[in-house]
Amino acid sequence: MNVVAPFEGIGASVRRKEDLRFLSGRGQYTDDIARPGQAHAYILRSPHAHARILKVDTAAARAMPGVVAVYTGEDTKGLGGIPCGWQLHNKDGSPMAEPRHPVLAEGKARHVGDPVAVVVAETRAQAKDAAEAIEVEYEVLPAVPTLREALAPGAAQLHDAAPGNLCYDWHIGDKAVTDAAFAQAHKVVRFETTNNRLVPNAMEPRAAIGDYDPTTGEHTLWTTSQNPHVIRLLMGAFVLNIPESRLRVVAPDVGGGFGSKIYHYAEEAIVTWAASKLHRPVKWTADRSEAFISDAHGRDHVTTCELALDETGKFLGLRVDTLANMGAYLSTFAPCVPTYLYATLLSGVYAMPTIYAEVKAVFTSTVAVDAYRGAGRPEATYLLERLVDVAAAETGMDRVEIRRRNFIPTDAFPYQTPVALQYDSGDYFSTLDAALETAGWADFEARRAEAAKQGKLRGIGISTYVEACGIAPSAVVGSLGARAGLYEVGTIRVHPTGSVTVLTGAHSHGQGHETTFAQLVADRLGVPLSQVDVVHGDTAKVPFGMGTYGSRSLAVGGSAMVKAMDKVVDKAKKIAAHLLEASVQDIEFERGTFRVAGTDRTKALAEVSLAAYVPHNYPIEELEPGLEETAFYDPKNFTYPGGCHICEVEIERDTGKAQVVNFTAVDDVGRVINPMIVEGQVQGGVAQGIGQALMEEAVYDEAGQLLSGSMMDYSMPRAEDLPMVGVANHVTLCTHNPLGVKGCGEVGAIGSPPAVMNAVVDALREFGVRHVEMPATPAKIWNIINAGAQRMAAE
Amino acid sequence: MPQVTLTVNGKNSTVEVEGRTLLVELLREKLRLTGTHVGCDTSQCGACVVHVDGESVKACTLLAVQVDGCQVLTIEGLAAADGTLHPMQEAFREYHALQCGFCTPGMVMSAIDLVHKHPEGMSEREIREGLEGNLCRCTGYHNIVKAIAAAQDVMHGKRSELARAAE
Repeated sequence: MNVVAPFEGIGASVRRKEDLRFLSGRGQYTDDIARPGQAHAYILRSPHAHARILKVDTAAARAMPGVVAVYTGEDTKGLGGIPCGWQLHNKDGSPMAEPRHPVLAEGKARHVGDPVAVVVAETRAQAKDAAEAIEVEYEVLPAVPTLREALAPGAAQLHDAAPGNLCYDWHIGDKAVTDAAFAQAHKVVRFETTNNRLVPNAMEPRAAIGDYDPTTGEHTLWTTSQNPHVIRLLMGAFVLNIPESRLRVVAPDVGGGFGSKIYHYAEEAIVTWAASKLHRPVKWTADRSEAFISDAHGRDHVTTCELALDETGKFLGLRVDTLANMGAYLSTFAPCVPTYLYATLLSGVYAMPTIYAEVKAVFTSTVAVDAYRGAGRPEATYLLERLVDVAAAETGMDRVEIRRRNFIPTDAFPYQTPVALQYDSGDYFSTLDAALETAGWADFEARRAEAAKQGKLRGIGISTYVEACGIAPSAVVGSLGARAGLYEVGTIRVHPTGSVTVLTGAHSHGQGHETTFAQLVADRLGVPLSQVDVVHGDTAKVPFGMGTYGSRSLAVGGSAMVKAMDKVVDKAKKIAAHLLEASVQDIEFERGTFRVAGTDRTKALAEVSLAAYVPHNYPIEELEPGLEETAFYDPKNFTYPGGCHICEVEIERDTGKAQVVNFTAVDDVGRVINPMIVEGQVQGGVAQGIGQALMEEAVYDEAGQLLSGSMMDYSMPRAEDLPMVGVANHVTLCTHNPLGVKGCGEVGAIGSPPAVMNAVVDALREFGVRHVEMPATPAKIWNIINAGAQRMAAE
Repeated sequence: MPQVTLTVNGKNSTVEVEGRTLLVELLREKLRLTGTHVGCDTSQCGACVVHVDGESVKACTLLAVQVDGCQVLTIEGLAAADGTLHPMQEAFREYHALQCGFCTPGMVMSAIDLVHKHPEGMSEREIREGLEGNLCRCTGYHNIVKAIAAAQDVMHGKRSELARAAE
């Protein structure tokens, strides 16, 4: 048996192994779990964006039916603060401001939704009822919900430890060289923009269950997390002081994450701590309204940038000044997002000779910001790709030609950018050409004219992008301020009869790991997919792991599995050599069969694994029994997916509503393991990108109240808002990981927003519009059309 | 406390509930049918859609006492007794119409009712409009629309241009 039939290995669009349980209602999400004797927690949250807490009276609440306990910041002040995963440094080398982030507010609430008290009761309804009986006396202080308000002279101070509400003032690149390039420029294009704040809104609201076994002293936390081992590390070591050996964190089926479930949240610590106090399980599940004011948000940058060009349209340099909103407290990844995931990407796909970028991170009276699909890279891509379109318009160059003229040449890889990253591979010309061809760029004017006959404004937009993912080399991120390594761990357990269990530290919350990872095993070891099970999400089962974010699962986690499989094959070859009475150098292995080279003498993997566990005829002097190997894989570099997205929109003149009518994505995500899954990842990412461009925005009022605080107010794309999304690949292999993979989870959300916005601006060109801010809502566009119509009438 | 007697997935149950208990709470907490999900608190997401007397409803908008005497079908009761999937479940799997799986039960239950209500068959646009009560954050709906287009043909016992185009 040399090949698996039907082919289930690398490159096959195998249907997903996990689907049957999800389609029959047998998924097990955290809120689906009911622990015997569990009590329910409800969290009372601050209704004010910034307020001193003068008094919390819980007496009435304690007397309510079913109430087990009520806790406030007084009870939890001995616990550690919620830690941040990164420590950035200011321009002068001093560390960033890192104020304490208490589990429950201590004397002050700093955003609407800041947890103030916890009620634990027999039922959720009882806990909720009792929370209403808690009397909190607040002294309301001025809110500083926006970047500019928080930085204004005399602004209210959120934290004593962060003067001026400044978290850090950071920079990258060579200022003097960049200034010199601007001094010689033929043309300088200046551009200001806001990258709109978003609410990730995974469909599953967050939930957590704490449990404690007093006989063993073991704590267990079930939680809606993308990275259970990271939660164990952060919560155990920094907040609750529990050794890893006695803390188990389980992230079972998780209903989407998109970055918002990386963060170690206070509620995880609250239920774990309360369970150990009460000696019974404590469960908490967020309402959606609660999720809006307690889940980490994404994006929220205000940026000014300048591009220097020579007379031929070649880029000479880039200057960027960005303000980034951290929210009221630092989430796990927040400081890293607008720096090492954003400013390092500012060269984009272009041979940009020099770049200087400054980033100020700012505390505001809003919920914490963290990574959201793409995390920093969508902000960088949006900035560059809008800037390049503005530059094309102002120099009279063609939008495609200005890109092509500045692309990093395909023979220039590995390519060192002026902002730290070294791109290993890419071919931006091919993805551009393929996208132009597929999208019918050359025939667009006919479609524009046709739409005009229907009274519609049609526009086309392009975005060419690169991103950095597969995070990340531990030594590199360590030198940049990461407090953890970013390797991944994989175990390949070949059972006696030849079936395989894969243990991975990556976590699947929609990505289809149970299928893709099993395909890696099918491909390499020749074991049918039905006999490969992938286990993830449980620190008691999986040796270690860093979780899933930054499109890292396959590039880093998959590579760990390959390394573990290498070890399995090496050992199995020695066993096979013994069984076949041959020299190990003569043993070949291909998809499940060991063969003495040039002969028909073979042993199947299952025969070898049986010998490994029943070692009657076995090289016991040289080899331990068993066939299980674990590998840690630390990547050598980031991976650099790239590509080209082209979008066509139609705008109704009467309503200002923009509808995406065509979308083409041609991406280079490296080697593709399961094309069906990759296509689905890109389509989902593009949907979120279209949402950012046209619909979504977290809006705070002056008092710091979240106006778009429910699914009725925060507009996410529904089926009728989106088109079919055409997806194609052009592959260049990653040069430094064993699979040649780059990652596909975020490209859709990174490449698409500027493509959409460039199309919107193009559709509105008759009104002389230079730029439209995201989200390009009907109201915004209607105003442009009508202001333009008035102006034209006046002329 | 009020008592509710209902049939869920063909099985009769009598359950004590509070007056404020929602149908979705009855299903998830009392009957432990956790396939029906809660994704919001404003009846926007559709993760909780079930069939009551053959019609799709959001189980978060009905009080448990309102379904006294009703027939309720949830995602758990959709496949045949031998495990054969409903054509809609099968199409979702075939067309990769789910990723995290959280919106999926509600999406499938909505889609089935949508197909029942359109025996003439739906165009892509009509399917998209018909899904206005269900949110998915993972798929961008592309494959959900394809799956429903394919399933409607199986459910109506025919094959349409749309399904052929989808292939």
